[in-house]
Amino acid sequence: MATTVDAPTAENRPAGAQRDLEEQRRAPLKTGEDPQNTLAASLKDAAAAALLAGVLGFFFLALRTEIAPGGLDVSARWGLWLASIAVVFAGRLLLNLFVFKTRRPVTQLFAGRGAGLGARLPWLGKAVGAALFLFAMILPFFITTVFPAQQRQYIDLAILIMTYVMLGWGLNIVVGLAGLLDLGYVAFYAVGAYAFALLSTHFEVIGFWTALPLAGMLAAFWGVILGFPVLRLRGDYLAIVTLAFGEMIRIVLLNWYDFTGGPNGISGIPKPTLFGLEFTRGEDGVAAFLGIEYSTIHRFIYLYYIIFILAIVTNFVTMRLRRLPVGRAWEALREDEIACRSLGINTTNTKLTAFAIGAMFGGFAGSFFATRQGFISPESFTFLESAIILAIVVLGGLGSQIGVVIASVVMIGGIEMLRNIGFLSDIFGPDFDPVKYRMLIFGLAMVGIMIWKPRGLISTREPTIALKERKRIGADYVAQGEGH
Amino acid sequence: MSGPLLSATGVETYYGKIVALRGVDVEVKPGEIVTLIGANGAGKSTLMMTICGNPRARAGRIVYDGVDITSMPTHEIMRLGIAQSPEGRRIFPRMTVMENLQMGAQLVAPEQFRAGLDRVYDLFPRLKQRATQRGGTLSGGEQQMLAIARALMGRPKLLLLDEPSLGLAPLVVKQIFEVIRELNRSEGLTVFLVEQNAFHALKLAHRGYVMVNGRITMSGTGAELLKREEVRAAYLEGGRH
Repeated sequence: MATTVDAPTAENRPAGAQRDLEEQRRAPLKTGEDPQNTLAASLKDAAAAALLAGVLGFFFLALRTEIAPGGLDVSARWGLWLASIAVVFAGRLLLNLFVFKTRRPVTQLFAGRGAGLGARLPWLGKAVGAALFLFAMILPFFITTVFPAQQRQYIDLAILIMTYVMLGWGLNIVVGLAGLLDLGYVAFYAVGAYAFALLSTHFEVIGFWTALPLAGMLAAFWGVILGFPVLRLRGDYLAIVTLAFGEMIRIVLLNWYDFTGGPNGISGIPKPTLFGLEFTRGEDGVAAFLGIEYSTIHRFIYLYYIIFILAIVTNFVTMRLRRLPVGRAWEALREDEIACRSLGINTTNTKLTAFAIGAMFGGFAGSFFATRQGFISPESFTFLESAIILAIVVLGGLGSQIGVVIASVVMIGGIEMLRNIGFLSDIFGPDFDPVKYRMLIFGLAMVGIMIWKPRGLISTREPTIALKERKRIGADYVAQGEGH
Repeated sequence: MSGPLLSATGVETYYGKIVALRGVDVEVKPGEIVTLIGANGAGKSTLMMTICGNPRARAGRIVYDGVDITSMPTHEIMRLGIAQSPEGRRIFPRMTVMENLQMGAQLVAPEQFRAGLDRVYDLFPRLKQRATQRGGTLSGGEQQMLAIARALMGRPKLLLLDEPSLGLAPLVVKQIFEVIRELNRSEGLTVFLVEQNAFHALKLAHRGYVMVNGRITMSGTGAELLKREEVRAAYLEGGRH
């Protein structure tokens, strides 16, 4: 029998062999040295993509129905349609030439750079941290001297970024160190804010500084309340319950009209005082007391320093706790819960302390938010806030303190910067508002990070994902002398 | 010799509705090395985990040092002076060797940490060289050493070892068993060892138990069991090569 079949034909050849053959034929095109071939293939592919965009776009972009007197009117937008086809064609062509069909994709360049940076991180991280700390310390004066015209706006932005740094650091205890995925962190932010707002509006004597510890304690208490039912859960299930908890708090605040004011929120929340002195123009104001000329900017500078100190305290406490048994137990818990129990660690208490301490810092940040705004409503505490804080922690690198700072500056500062980009509206017309596209840009940034730095920007110590990870030993795994 | 350090009587354990242990009686006297051998799925590790309270025994009693630990939470059992090197080693892969050892010493006074560290570095000089390296980057044998060292850091009276030879080269197995013997001889440490490597385990142990299908079918001194025809047939001749 075998002798009759001297060459495989289309009928008797197995499907796999056929595919192999085809791939062999196609392979030189993909990796070939010949730039002519690459260009031709790229052009062909880009043309196909452009055709697809043209067909789809014809209905979605080129034709538009408008309400006209006596019915609907169809108008054509050929310019937009052609522009979209051109964008798809050019984009696909560039991707083909530089990423998909080339032997050395440009993306490799970024990946290589990042890894090299990570290996040298131990001292680099400290240097960057110290530099950022010093810069943050003089920031308000830097802004008032360099940008006197926009000082209020920039200091406000700095306060906002600093708030998110603090929230990120607080959440980092729960997610980064203890490895408990919390999607409802904003609940504790809300508890802190409402605690201060309600206390200060009901009791004359309670100001920001007296309410701050109370708000922190209340938030920590709610952290424990959330902690108890979720002790047995982990991973996805934990995430779902914490997500629900965040929404529950918001909905209760929204509907408990008699107590929280419902959707109207609470206004007239007092501003913080400096040793009992208020930032007012009058005789008993801070400016008069210090003998300097009154300016509204003083209050913003003061607010900035409050959140700066609160954030530094958060960071300091976290760094100290990491070196203490409880902090090490958090990290060990993230790595292996069963091993923890077999070493005599009370996993229940360990998880609850992580939730409570993380929540407490969320509560501090919440009271600060309330005093800064002077007005709060449930609208400030939506799931999107939780998502942004979590994104800051994840993008920065779980468990990395400096990563959180970089991610907050990029994410929060980035969004604000979008408002100031004028040249884009010159290109896309006066109606173009870049802020509308912030979620799109967020998404792109996240996809990019997940491709090139899947463990976040700073990933010297990664969270547990799976035991399989042991096989993959990168340079940053064996980095020495870091993070005890 | 006084009464047993650890005794399990009539222990029954279930995973949901599936029975894993059907009335197990095991005794470990102070200063002994006792081994439990058996095939895959016989319930050896289940007994080990039941002693640690996870899962709990549904019937029977487990007494350690005169204290009934049958329904104690795991972390409290461990605080009584039992240490476990669990199945699959379960070291903390992203923490350094030093940090892993620190985790093992959670329950002892900080002043004793240094002495404990010197002791395990003495037993496993390899770990000293690797002190700043991450647990996950160690070889299998080093990880097993780390798991045992971490357990020893808690200064236990009773050491539970679950398959320390799993997946290791024969030479490394020999080293690890040598350390166990040394610990027992010089410090009188009581060891309860669960093993599939019956030959080595029985040679090391003073006494042994054979478990089949959730029941203890044979017991005796290590040398006795090694000579028994049933043991040789089931666990030695087939399993040695």
